Amino acid sequence: MATDTIISAKDLSLTFQTNDGPVHALKDVNLDVHKGDFVSFIGPSGCGKTTFLRCMADLEHPTAGSISVNGMSAEEARRQRAYGYVFQAAGLYPWRTIGGNIRLPLEIMGYSKSDQDERVNRVLELVDLAGFEKKFPWQLSGGMQQRASIARALAFDADILLMDEPFGALDEIVRDHLNEQLLHLWDRTNKTICFVTHSIPEAVYLSTKIVVMSPRPGRITDVIDSPLPRERPLDIRDTPEFLDIAHRVRDGLRAGHGDEM
Amino acid sequence: MRNLLPIVTVVAAIFVLWYAAAVALNAPWANDKAQRAGTDLSFSELVADTWSQDKPKLPAPHQVGAELWKTTGAMVAKGRAFSKRSLIYHSWVTFSATALGFVLGTALGIALAVGIVYNRTMDMSVMPWVIASQTIPILAIAPMIIVVLNAIGISGLLPKAMISMYLSFFPVVVGMVKGLRSPSAMQLDQMRTWNASSAQTFWALRLPSSMPYLFTSLKVAMAASLVGAIVGELPTGAVAGLGARLLAGSYYGQTIQIWSALIMAATLAALLVAVIGVIQRITLKRMGMAE
Amino acid sequence: MIWLATGIAAWALGWWINSVLSHRPPTRATRLAVPVIFGVTLIVIWECIVHGFDISAVLLPPPSMIAVTFAASTAILWQDFVQTALKGALSGYVMGCGAAFLTAIAVDRFDFLKRGLLPVGNFVAALPIIGMAPILVMWFGFDWQSKAAVVVVMVFFPMLVNTVQGLQDTDAMQRDLMRTYAAGYWKTLLKLRLPAAMPFIFNGLKIATTLALIGAIVAEFFGSPIRGMGFRISTSVGQLSMDLVWAEIVVAALAGSGFYGAVALLEKAMTFWHPSQRSRS
Repeated sequence: MATDTIISAKDLSLTFQTNDGPVHALKDVNLDVHKGDFVSFIGPSGCGKTTFLRCMADLEHPTAGSISVNGMSAEEARRQRAYGYVFQAAGLYPWRTIGGNIRLPLEIMGYSKSDQDERVNRVLELVDLAGFEKKFPWQLSGGMQQRASIARALAFDADILLMDEPFGALDEIVRDHLNEQLLHLWDRTNKTICFVTHSIPEAVYLSTKIVVMSPRPGRITDVIDSPLPRERPLDIRDTPEFLDIAHRVRDGLRAGHGDEM
Repeated sequence: MRNLLPIVTVVAAIFVLWYAAAVALNAPWANDKAQRAGTDLSFSELVADTWSQDKPKLPAPHQVGAELWKTTGAMVAKGRAFSKRSLIYHSWVTFSATALGFVLGTALGIALAVGIVYNRTMDMSVMPWVIASQTIPILAIAPMIIVVLNAIGISGLLPKAMISMYLSFFPVVVGMVKGLRSPSAMQLDQMRTWNASSAQTFWALRLPSSMPYLFTSLKVAMAASLVGAIVGELPTGAVAGLGARLLAGSYYGQTIQIWSALIMAATLAALLVAVIGVIQRITLKRMGMAE
Repeated sequence: MIWLATGIAAWALGWWINSVLSHRPPTRATRLAVPVIFGVTLIVIWECIVHGFDISAVLLPPPSMIAVTFAASTAILWQDFVQTALKGALSGYVMGCGAAFLTAIAVDRFDFLKRGLLPVGNFVAALPIIGMAPILVMWFGFDWQSKAAVVVVMVFFPMLVNTVQGLQDTDAMQRDLMRTYAAGYWKTLLKLRLPAAMPFIFNGLKIATTLALIGAIVAEFFGSPIRGMGFRISTSVGQLSMDLVWAEIVVAALAGSGFYGAVALLEKAMTFWHPSQRSRS
């Protein structure tokens, strides 16, 4: 299985020096993510799930251990534009149209004009925003903006999608809808997705692998492989299998909390 | 337009107060004159006199208005808009120094801000001085700059423009540094994930984000630039420009002339700031940053 | 030649030290040292350029000469400082800011006045008010009273606009909370709105410090008794004694930054809770 390991962390630690002494954001984290996986990271705030994602993206530098992305260092992977990153807020530029926003990374990476047009059209289609190319972000709802920001991360065809609580700021109904769409997209494109969330149903619904983390120090307490099929209608959330996994996740989270008491 | 009535009321109140103050301030002189002539002034005569003196302590608005018309509109009608007695000519002189200084100051300010944002050493060494220099009454050196530049053979527009530049570049530096730093950590991380170069980050993210800050400081810079040009005209014995008119008026006690130069300067300031305001509104609207 | 070489060397050395210091993790010491080194470097370069290019002292006196003049004429400088900064600027500052503050509180009670006065005040704040100086000198005579009057006029509107804006800076929820306590107008003003307005008020006070000194100095160009910083500058320029002019500018700079610094310190003590203050510590 070593050949299709996309992301591999070995004894990864990251310590921030603060005025109140060192904070162990991550301690001895080991994890392999395989090609085509949909991995969710779940845990209470301060458990290091976002920090871990940022280490994969070379936005944070581990103080010990190693992390490889696509078989190279995180920095090399970033330089080769190996992943698309979706932040918690859409972060679209108000002075660019939706099309212009999606075009931005393509311009930066030096794609030709015709290639840009073609890609913008394709990813807009992919996230169901065809026809909104000329609109400005502030003319769209929050859910549509977040879809545009996913399209922006998809535009340059990176194999990996890193998503940091992308739907955290949206309401439940929009969130369900986007979750469903995200699964479709994952199914069609066969990308590897790492997804940070603090919602148990979201993690269970989306993932093939759920990584439960706990704080002080930030570490992995459980890794759950989901037996759910790839095809997942929304009502799968009422099946006993689903509830079973959700239970395991909840127990994992509680156990993580237990040690500090 | 909800504010129209209140504004009109306030402006009207200012005029009423102005007329009343003119009566109060000019009355002693009118009474004096009447006493010497051995007559007693009735109230209406007193008011009429205080509003029509030659060298009043405070000229009434209509006197200033008449003087303004005489030195602008009437001159244009006679085809002598740019004669030495025309306020349009003096405004033009002041305006050209203001504009040149403003352009130079803005360019310098933006360049310095880019340096400060992109170079740590410059940030730590220059920025505290830029802030400290704002607390220093720079205008105090205005006369010296003029004399020094005159001594090395630079005279006319440039010395005044230098003072304007000096006054206008500080707000631009401060505003632009703030503006170029306004993108959130998230937006900058986003650029990093795309492996964007610093130049790409600058043109695609930092510069557009700084536009609202730039325009706000440009308005301050323009007002400061005009003050600089006017003060630059004070100590040199300059013969042209609104500042020179102020000084000449104060030498000869020509209060009406002082007030008309003052109103002209105010109009010029309002016009210039309004022009920037219009450009700001159009630009920001096209950039989708304002409704 | 030696002077020029020294100048270039000083530049290189200063920049190198700062470059090393600024790429270290910042501490209080480096934060202070870097700008100080930069300033000292500039002064050394200035000295070297003046000697190196043999610039006449009439155009640009070297810093050493300015320092000597400064030390030799402290009596004159002190007298000018008292006349301009204390009598002219400070008294005008206190009167102008005080009047603006009281006006703001009065205006704030009437929405109609507020809506009318705020745009007009903003407009006036952008005008070259300094032009009023000759008129006020004519009205109040040559002594410090006319300078104080110029300062009053200059600081009034920026202070007024800032204070009125500050008094509006509470949100509906906070005001509703006061209403649930059945707090009256004055209680609300004292307990909620004035504290909330403090950052704005201090912003106005800080802008006004610079304006006050500028106003007091420039007003002296239009006539003054035979002392005062503006008077000294304009007459010394006429006599081409630039070293005294520069010494006077040093005094102005010290007075200006001291004045500003004092207000900033007061602000830090009174608005420590505001995000702009917290992030600095």
